[in-house]
Formats: sequence, structure tokens, C-alpha cells
Amino acid sequence: MTDARAPGLDRRDFLRLGLLAGPASLVAACGWDGGPLLKRRLAAVSRLNDWVGEKVLLSPGRLAPTYPASARSSRMPAYFISEDMPQLMRPEQWSLEVNGLVRRPTRLTRAMLEALPSVTYTVKHHCVEGWTAIATWTGVPVAAVAAMAEPLPSARYLRFDSFDMGYYNGWDLTSAMHAQTILAYAFNGRPLMPDHGAPLRLYSPIKLGYKLTKYLVRMSFTSERPGGYWEDQGYPWLGGV
Amino acid sequence: MTTISADIDVSSPAPEVRRHHGVVRLAHWLNAVTLAGMIASGLQIYLAFPHFGTKEHTFALPNPVDGGHIPEAMRLGGWLAGGLAWHFALAWPFVLTGLVYLAFLAFSGEWRSLLFRPRDVRPAIAMQLYYLRLRAEHPPQGKHNALQKAAYTFIVALGAVSALSGFAIYKPVQLSWLVSLFGGYELARYWHFLAVWTFIAFTLLHVVLVFTVDPASLRAMITGRYRGRFPSHD
Repeated sequence: MTDARAPGLDRRDFLRLGLLAGPASLVAACGWDGGPLLKRRLAAVSRLNDWVGEKVLLSPGRLAPTYPASARSSRMPAYFISEDMPQLMRPEQWSLEVNGLVRRPTRLTRAMLEALPSVTYTVKHHCVEGWTAIATWTGVPVAAVAAMAEPLPSARYLRFDSFDMGYYNGWDLTSAMHAQTILAYAFNGRPLMPDHGAPLRLYSPIKLGYKLTKYLVRMSFTSERPGGYWEDQGYPWLGGV
Repeated sequence: MTTISADIDVSSPAPEVRRHHGVVRLAHWLNAVTLAGMIASGLQIYLAFPHFGTKEHTFALPNPVDGGHIPEAMRLGGWLAGGLAWHFALAWPFVLTGLVYLAFLAFSGEWRSLLFRPRDVRPAIAMQLYYLRLRAEHPPQGKHNALQKAAYTFIVALGAVSALSGFAIYKPVQLSWLVSLFGGYELARYWHFLAVWTFIAFTLLHVVLVFTVDPASLRAMITGRYRGRFPSHD
């Protein structure tokens, strides 16, 4: 009467189905962003990942591989957040402000920047979306400009501001002082154009594209960690590759 | 004599054996959940650039979801940033579970009943013939048959490939040696997704075989005790 091999579902089969329903409901819950409570937890794990990325995985002296100019991609996608391409009305009046926790707040014109020793490299750009593109960039190492402003010992971060609808990024100093992190004014051997962030943009092959502030107006040394336009919306803060 | 004949009577319940250690069971189910989450959040991330290769040259490699038509119910995170947050958070339990599982196998000696070795090739062929109905008798086996050993060895290797290719595309400059191991960033990304399709195919086959061949093994993976067709131990 209580034959376990009887056709149909017995209690044990029912239990099995229940256990399978666990992972299945998790899958069905997908498309859901996690809700405010889980989102906070996810953000906390993201901070942990930033810490591992900066303190464990990032080697300050490691250089990203460089390529011959012939390896350049024919297309370099360009993003900005303004509705129309951000452009200066009077480029000749533009200058970069270097301030915050520094001994000598500084202002640099484009001519002053171009007079400094420059770096040119052909490197691979990694976008957070998953695509890559190779291009040549020319500019002044951020470390050289920082040396002119003499950051105070209390400076722990760098904040880069743009004139593109308030787009900004916060950086760890290790990545900012990396030899390949530059303030770029030329792209593929030509002066930087508005699509790629003219007159000056931040560039580095050790960060994802969204960390590379275009249309620069200011870099400020801070003691508090600055956020960032996308970072504040949930993108990983470190964005190192 | 009657007592002995009752013992070997086929209609009597199979003897119960202790089969899976708690560590193995916990690792199995934790992995089932985290892997489901990893795949769903990974598909969300993939949608941001639903191709392999570069923007100019898409690889001429098989990609069932080129262009990305992935239903929302299969995704986790809601958008790219949410997908990334889930993916990089779940990577911790995924990797840690794998490491704990491997450490357990190594220290307990359980790896002996799971690792596919050259001597398992012949029994694997016999087993395959049985499944193809070219052989009437189920070949003798220990805790697992040779095909199961092949499957459980392969799935650990697949887990390693997915984790390593994942780290390669997570930090392609810092971990450039890993990237070159996979043939460059763009190919590492493809390897990572190849692992996903293989995981999905494996899981489907795994679940079908559990229910069709040895349903008692499901209970064993939950309670640790097995009462079914293959009670012997290695």
C-alpha cells in the first residue's frame, strides 16, 4: 500500500522538487537589481574589491604593453555625457587648475603643458563594456604636473573635473602617479579633437575608459575619496585593469 | 538459509551507505546557487558589448547570442553596473567554494574516487557502450563509474578555466601572463563565455542523468546518505 515505487509524486519527490525550486527561483528573480538593502551590501563588496585591486593586484611599476603604430584600431569610440559634443568657445582662455592639498596651487596653459617633457605610447584601451581599441596618445605624466604643485603628505586621492556636464573621476594616487598615466593633448599623432576630450584629457592604459576624464579643467588633491560620475551610480570605483 | 536469501533478495531495500561529506554537499549547493548568479550577471554584462573580438572585427567563432537577445529573466543586476556588482561579489563565494572543495578532496583522499586517470579510459569505453546499449551489463564500478570520474574531473577543470579567464579579463594589464595564456584579452573573453555554455550544457546533462540513472544520488547530495543501485565505495 505504501509502495515507494508507485507512479506519481510521493512525499520524497515533492521534497526534491522543493529543493530544485530554490535555485530556480533565484534564476527567476533575475533582471532584478537587488533592492536597496542588497545594493548597499554589493557596494560594500565592491569597496573590498577596490582594495584588493589597488593593494594586491596593482603593481605600481608594471607597464601596460605597448604596440607599434600599425596596430592602431581604425576606430576609437568616443563618449561624453552632454547632449552635444562639449566644446570650448574660447580655447585660448582655457587652463588646467591644479589645487587642493598642495603646497603650490598651479595653473597650466596648453602651451605650458606642451613645453613639458612628453610621453607618447600606443596602447590598448579597455572599456567597461568589454571592447578594446588600440590608439596612440601623447601627453605629460600626471606625476610631473603633481611634482610642480607639490602635494602635501595628507593628499591621498586625486579628483579630475571636466566641463562635460560636471563629469568627474576620483583616483587613487598609486594609479595617478603611474608612469603611463598622462594628461593627453594628442591622439594618433594629431592634436586632440573635441570627440576625444580636447583640449586635455586624462589617459592611462591601467584604467577602464570611464576613469579617463575628458575635457579636463581641474585636478585636485584630496584626503577624502572623491566619487565619480559613473562610480556614484554603481560602477567599480577603482576601475583598474 | 532463509535469512541469507532474504538479504540478497532484489526486492529488499538497498543497503544505506554514507556517501558525501558535509563539505562536499555544502560546496555542491553553494556552487549551484553562486554559479546561477554568476551566469545571470555575466549575461547582463555581456549585453553591454554582445560580440566577441573588437568593434571592427568580430571573431568568426561560434556565438549563439551574437548581438545579444538575452531575456531579462535570465539576467541579474538590471544594468551594466548592477551586473558587474553582482558578478564581482559572487566571484568570492564561487572561487572560495572551489578552493575549499579542492582542499577537502586533497586532504581527505576523496580525489581518488573522482580524478579521471589513464587507467579509467577502458572502463569509460565500457560504460559508454553500456549507455549506447551495445553492452547489456552495467560495468562494475566503485563510488563513481569511469564516465562520472571524467565528468567530475572535467567540471573542476572547467571551473578553473572560467575563474582564470575571468581574472584575465578583470585585470588584463596586471595579470597579463594570464591573458597571454588564453591568447589575448579578446580570446580570454571568449574562453570565459565558452565556459558558460559548457557549464549550462553540463548542468542539463547532470540533472537529466541524476533523475534517469540514479535518482537516489540526489538524496545522497542532500543528506549525505545513499541508498541506491551503486552502494560500493572505492
